[in-house]
Amino acid sequence: MTARRAIPFSACAALLLAVPPFLPPYPLTLLTQILIFAIFAMSLDLLLGYTGLASLGHAAYFGIAAYAVAILATRSQASFWVCLLAAVFAATAVAAVFGFVAIRAVGVYFLMITLALGMVVWGLAFRWVSVTMGDNGISGIARPTLFGVSLASPLPFHYLSLAVFFVAFALLWLVVRSPFGLSLQGIRETERRMRALGYDVWLHKYLAFVLAGGFAGLAGALWAYYDGFVSPVEVHLVTSVETLLMVALGGPGTLFGPILGAAVIVLFKNLLSIYTKRWLLILGLVYIGVIVLTPKGILGALRGARR
Amino acid sequence: MRSACAVAVLFASILGTGFAARGEASAKGPINVGLLVPETGPLAANGKDMINAMKLFLEQRQNKLGGRPVTLVIEDDAGVPATGLTKARSLIDGNRIHVLVGPLSAAVGYAIAPYVTEKKFPTLFPIVSSEDLTQRKRSEYIIRTGWTSAQPSHPFGKYAYDTLHYKKIAMIGYDFSFGWEVAAGFQRTFEDAGGQIVQKLWSPLGTADYGPYLAQLKRDVDAVYAIFSGADALRFAKQYADAGLKGKLPLIGGGTFTDEHVLRTMGDESVGIVTALHYSAVVDTPANKKFAEAYQAKYSQVPSYYSEGTYVSCLALEKALESVGGDVDDREKLVAALRKVDLGSAPRGPIKIDSYGNPVENVYVRKVEKVNGKLQNTVVHTFPSVSQFWTYKPEEFLKNPVYSRDFPPCTHCQK
Repeated sequence: MTARRAIPFSACAALLLAVPPFLPPYPLTLLTQILIFAIFAMSLDLLLGYTGLASLGHAAYFGIAAYAVAILATRSQASFWVCLLAAVFAATAVAAVFGFVAIRAVGVYFLMITLALGMVVWGLAFRWVSVTMGDNGISGIARPTLFGVSLASPLPFHYLSLAVFFVAFALLWLVVRSPFGLSLQGIRETERRMRALGYDVWLHKYLAFVLAGGFAGLAGALWAYYDGFVSPVEVHLVTSVETLLMVALGGPGTLFGPILGAAVIVLFKNLLSIYTKRWLLILGLVYIGVIVLTPKGILGALRGARR
Repeated sequence: MRSACAVAVLFASILGTGFAARGEASAKGPINVGLLVPETGPLAANGKDMINAMKLFLEQRQNKLGGRPVTLVIEDDAGVPATGLTKARSLIDGNRIHVLVGPLSAAVGYAIAPYVTEKKFPTLFPIVSSEDLTQRKRSEYIIRTGWTSAQPSHPFGKYAYDTLHYKKIAMIGYDFSFGWEVAAGFQRTFEDAGGQIVQKLWSPLGTADYGPYLAQLKRDVDAVYAIFSGADALRFAKQYADAGLKGKLPLIGGGTFTDEHVLRTMGDESVGIVTALHYSAVVDTPANKKFAEAYQAKYSQVPSYYSEGTYVSCLALEKALESVGGDVDDREKLVAALRKVDLGSAPRGPIKIDSYGNPVENVYVRKVEKVNGKLQNTVVHTFPSVSQFWTYKPEEFLKNPVYSRDFPPCTHCQK
């Protein structure tokens, strides 16, 4: 990180650390929601923005992790760490299996296969009633107590989410700037040349897919605790598409873009809708505007304006 | 990287907007009533019925309840659990309301139930009928003014055997908990009486073509029991008639199948369908005459059970507020008053809240008829004061698992 970047970055981080105690409970829960979706969107961006793979089934890993937490926490009263590890492991494992199927395809076929795999998971969540409670969902997921601090109220839970967010951001930052991350971007630009240069393109894509699944799982685990409730909507296509929208809106191929996108969509959904029920229309217009005027998302527009 | 600043500015803006939306519910001044309903998505039309009923009620009371003015705060849950929960947080944590009415969707109901319980917030469920919300997962703070899915099915199962003299019935319905619960209650009492459910077919929400299901449907039965609502009910009734089954195999079903929300758009294919529900727009009570006429006059359509359920929530709230003298700040007192509500003359008839938070109310067996060129759910039989547990002992009832695809098991279904 260059010094030029370090200053605003640390200002941002300081703001995120300092502001929450002064926020009323509702805006604070929204901020927590933004952080969780930011992790989710960043994980998808690893695929969409960095590797050039548009997935329509990313909610599957988010949802599987959420279900893992829900089931373990309500049936076996498992501790936070057990739930978190199991959730991330479950999401990663499923991504590892699905990756074998999905990475074979490219372009629109990849889109269709991920869509189909996502629907399989949704079908399971909906119909495997003895495990998932079907469309009624699993409720009553109690927030944990960590190091003697109960996370039941919004503020401590927010700081947990913030900590997880910082960890996820740092790890993803390392990944995308590592030689591995640079080769992913090479694959995005010209896959054929990378292959000619001797890179194992399939393996790179596969690892990116599994990693993205794991980080989506991290977000999903937090989400289960945040909402205290998990239902098939969490693994539904709508959730996948909304996340795709966050990445595309904010700016794919950057880590800040998805965060920005997550913030815009969560705020639109929850604050704009207080004033008008036509908020979807406004979101649609903003989206079209962004796509037409600045294909690189809001972040791309901000950077462009600076130059 | 100045774009990082943009993120910071955005986060900071939450502060401003967050503050803008809070601090409206104060001790004195108006009582703020929150209405959490789907205004967008596939359930929007039914959500509209709920909003209409609430607005009608407030208009009739000149926007005053318990001697205090009332402000209505409507939030759109889109029928999505997580959205509903976030909106409930906005209403309750944002200190914008004193009492919550809603939602419509069962999943949203399950999502917000633990939250309102944790907040000890007075909440009225006018529509959500999931059995467990006033049974195995009941909450002190949630009072239903609607029904449980199987509440009308229990007496109807007995009625189908005793009065309609059906011995064998095939069932088809929604493949999610609402469908399973309505069907299961019917199956239980029908088989207790001596009947047999010989087939259960399940179709997903939004099935466009019921042809494959109709082809599978057994013909050697005395009747077909269907449980659908909305556009699915419309399509099923139409395709049932188109398949030449109408008139050959009597069609009966759960109350939402011919509820006024869909009967408004149904055609003659629905004439003769017999269903059971806790309401019909033509229930012969003085209160219903007034309600239905006022609703018809204001919105040019007959009220549905969504409308009436919300209207009854308002009546219950009014009664409770009168008994606590308009004091909405003592939430425990308000909840206790709501749980004690005894409405002698709601549109649907007398209502009492049982100790589990669910109404004890009449169940009407209705038959679709055409009167003066308009379809209506004519009441053919009334079961008075039906509890969610029917005639079973609550403790015994609650020992069973909640009604589902597998409970009660279909012992007479041939493979």
